[in-house]
Amino acid sequence: MTSPDEQLLPINSNGDVVLVRQQVRAVAIQAGLSLVDQTKVVTAASELARNALVYAGGGQVKIEIVRNGARSGLRLTFSDDGPGIPDIEQALTDGWTTGGGLGLGLSGSRRLVDEFDLQSAPGKGTLVTVTKWSR
Amino acid sequence: MDRVPILKLGDILIVSIQIDLEDQSVLALQEDLADKIVDTGARGVIIDITAVEIVDSFIGRMFATIASISRMLDAETVVVGMRPAVAITLVELGLSLGGVRTALNLEKGVALLNHLDGAQIAAAPR
Repeated sequence: MTSPDEQLLPINSNGDVVLVRQQVRAVAIQAGLSLVDQTKVVTAASELARNALVYAGGGQVKIEIVRNGARSGLRLTFSDDGPGIPDIEQALTDGWTTGGGLGLGLSGSRRLVDEFDLQSAPGKGTLVTVTKWSR
Repeated sequence: MDRVPILKLGDILIVSIQIDLEDQSVLALQEDLADKIVDTGARGVIIDITAVEIVDSFIGRMFATIASISRMLDAETVVVGMRPAVAITLVELGLSLGGVRTALNLEKGVALLNHLDGAQIAAAPR
């Protein structure tokens, strides 16, 4: 079920990661985020989309505008059916990586958003939900 | 995949990133630059990111990698034109880009390279 405030994008290639960045930017503007906050949430989206591609071979993201009283915000839900994360605490540690990167994707993304939720278990895929509120 | 053009000005190679970079384009740029440094004997590399709206950890790592590769090949790298929002986001992300020189704009980047190794730039007054 999708409303005009909600859309689903696939993440199956490097090109899709670029499209996710562009779409997140467009919706962040719509949600009234400042330029710095737009930049932060687009950067977080880029990290999380790449994670889905690199670690799970692909996935999808739901982009939606959320409201809390007078405030509006942007919520991104990344889901994949990949191998999952055995040790979530370790995965959220700066510098920890199993993919040859810098190990800043998850931990850095968490710092760039207001709300961060990570659900995963081995064999169960990974679900990351992040929210950035307008100020 | 889009390829980023590399311009030569005297002893300096200039790369101005004008597109939303795919990871594959980032990797291609690293290799193209290394080849071009050796081909031209360039002493400096300037990466202009004035038009770049976000730098994530992958692109940030490219800057550090290009700086390291360039140094191996006897050239210095300067990243110029970073937007304030990008700088704020990079620091919060945890990427300090230690080892990568920056300058506010192209002009200051060229001046920094000249100061560093006395490279002779075609356009600069002697």
